[in-house]
Amino acid sequence: MSERHHIIPIWFFVGLLLLVYGFLILVSGLAEWSHPPATVLANLHAPVWWGGLLVVLGLVYCVKYYPRRES
Amino acid sequence: MIAMMAVGAPTTLVHLSKVDLVIIAFYFLLVLAIGFYLKRFAKTGEDFFLAGREMTAWVAGLAFVSANLGSLELLGWAGSAYQYGILAAHWYWIGAIPAMVFLGVVMMPFYYISKTHSVPGYLQLRYGSEASALSAVTFAIMTILMSGVNMYAMAVVMKVVLGWDINFSIWVSSLTVGIYVAAGGLFSAIFNEVLQFFLIWFGALLIPILGMVETGGWHGMVARIHQNFPGQDFTHMWGPMRSFADNPMGIHWTGIVFGLGAVQAMGYWTTDFLVVQRVLSARDIRSAKMAPIIGSFFKMAVPLIVILPGLLARAVLPMHLFPASGLEAGQHSYNEVLPLMLARYCGPGLLGLGITALVAGFMAGMAGNVSAFATVWTYDIYRPFIRKAAPDQHYVSMGRWCTLIGLIVSIGTAYLVMNFASIMDYVQALFGFFIAPLFGTVLLGMLWKRVTRAAGFWGLLAGTLSSVGMFTLMKLDHHWVSVFALSPRAQGLAQDMYQALWSCVTCVVVTVLVTLLTKPKPDHELKGLVYALTEVVHEEHTRWFHRPVVWGAAALLVLVVLQIIFW
Repeated sequence: MSERHHIIPIWFFVGLLLLVYGFLILVSGLAEWSHPPATVLANLHAPVWWGGLLVVLGLVYCVKYYPRRES
Repeated sequence: MIAMMAVGAPTTLVHLSKVDLVIIAFYFLLVLAIGFYLKRFAKTGEDFFLAGREMTAWVAGLAFVSANLGSLELLGWAGSAYQYGILAAHWYWIGAIPAMVFLGVVMMPFYYISKTHSVPGYLQLRYGSEASALSAVTFAIMTILMSGVNMYAMAVVMKVVLGWDINFSIWVSSLTVGIYVAAGGLFSAIFNEVLQFFLIWFGALLIPILGMVETGGWHGMVARIHQNFPGQDFTHMWGPMRSFADNPMGIHWTGIVFGLGAVQAMGYWTTDFLVVQRVLSARDIRSAKMAPIIGSFFKMAVPLIVILPGLLARAVLPMHLFPASGLEAGQHSYNEVLPLMLARYCGPGLLGLGITALVAGFMAGMAGNVSAFATVWTYDIYRPFIRKAAPDQHYVSMGRWCTLIGLIVSIGTAYLVMNFASIMDYVQALFGFFIAPLFGTVLLGMLWKRVTRAAGFWGLLAGTLSSVGMFTLMKLDHHWVSVFALSPRAQGLAQDMYQALWSCVTCVVVTVLVTLLTKPKPDHELKGLVYALTEVVHEEHTRWFHRPVVWGAAALLVLVVLQIIFW
């Protein structure tokens, strides 16, 4: 993002946030698989696929924008 | 901290689990870490107040939209969608997109080429200190008061939704924002606004997805709404506005097109420094022009996570919602529609993500207010009127102190509102007084080189006073609503639209009259500031798909298609 300052790209922080949140939500969804919460459409197991989506997106952002040292 | 957040009160809307609390705590830690990390880069005035003017179009564009996408905006407009139906989407479409495109294509070159650091800064260059000081002082006061009002309103929401203590919500969120903005300046504010953008989308998008699954799609939702509320139209945007009596907002299409689209939206999106500051941080003029246009596409999509949940609530919630005033025990207000829908579909984990999105929206909104306040106070009030020629470092220190002082004043305002709740309505109204006339003053200044220094000041003052006058008269005697808003049926939002329209007209008329009676500035003082004397960068040599005007036209085309679909 910055030519003058060499700041870690904001997209890396976005990826980190999505990765951590995705992991927590995915694990939480898997843990409640056999006894889902009393929410509407709980049978769709939204935390599992939504958490999985966040993990994938987070990984993509983290890998693509991982701060590397300037050569 | 966790003990304060532990929610077990039976009256709260949702109950958080441990994983939800971990998700919220991680957000607070991350924004503080980013603030401390960015502190080393915010050394000069340009770094601290304008993020070094090196943001890409995408970052500036997302921050531009995100600064406006506070949690109260989300909760309030979801509530308005429940109350007024899809009419509320006008504030996201005709009430935003043309103004954003206009900012990018027409106005941004002047802001950028003049190298101004703020909107009052542009007025200083174009007109002189009188109009600039009027604009700067009113903006600084209103921004900080609004920050306090929002702070209190959000703390109340957190109390109702989660059972959190009001003092805890106010102090923890304010201190966090104060630390990271004072450390990293606009760098921190923009970074966190981009984070917030992703959080809001991923935290709220599940509601419309699962809502559509539950209702069987758009047609299923409409059928359920008709079944639950027979004889009422909540799903058409223009049809019910043929007369004031045909829609729950009591508004005519002229109010939406001229009051909202042509004046209020233009005023907000092109002259409110809170949002314009994000675009001024762009690294070059093409990025500055593209940023609001990129933002316009995302803004167009926001009704998906704000308006649609409000409509879905009409279709699926087993209870009816009511206005916040006069609620009885066990009833819920319109503003609680988003948390109610969140609780309906989201269990542990997802609930934490949704609540974090609301908290993040609140904090990013507060950060936007204090960073804009610090810039306007330091550059447009302190430097020209109090200490003119200090070293750059002095102004950076002033900006850091201003951030903290601004937050303390905001907290004071929040407690003031807590004790005198009626102040809240008036502070929110006050903010609207200045935006519409300011648009008239800035636009005339950019497009007509004849406009004089005196005309800029008197036009702005007359427009503002006329707005205050209309507001006061309509509050004192309902008869005036028929006069200014053209119908006694006009509700609050409809009154605001016509008030904005007439105040802008007053500003323009007074500006033109005073211009004709006073002496214009010489041309050499206006170079780079007005259309006739500015060499705007042309884009003949740029590929068509890199041209802002092409993407601006595409945004307007999508807007027209959306209007036809939901006519």
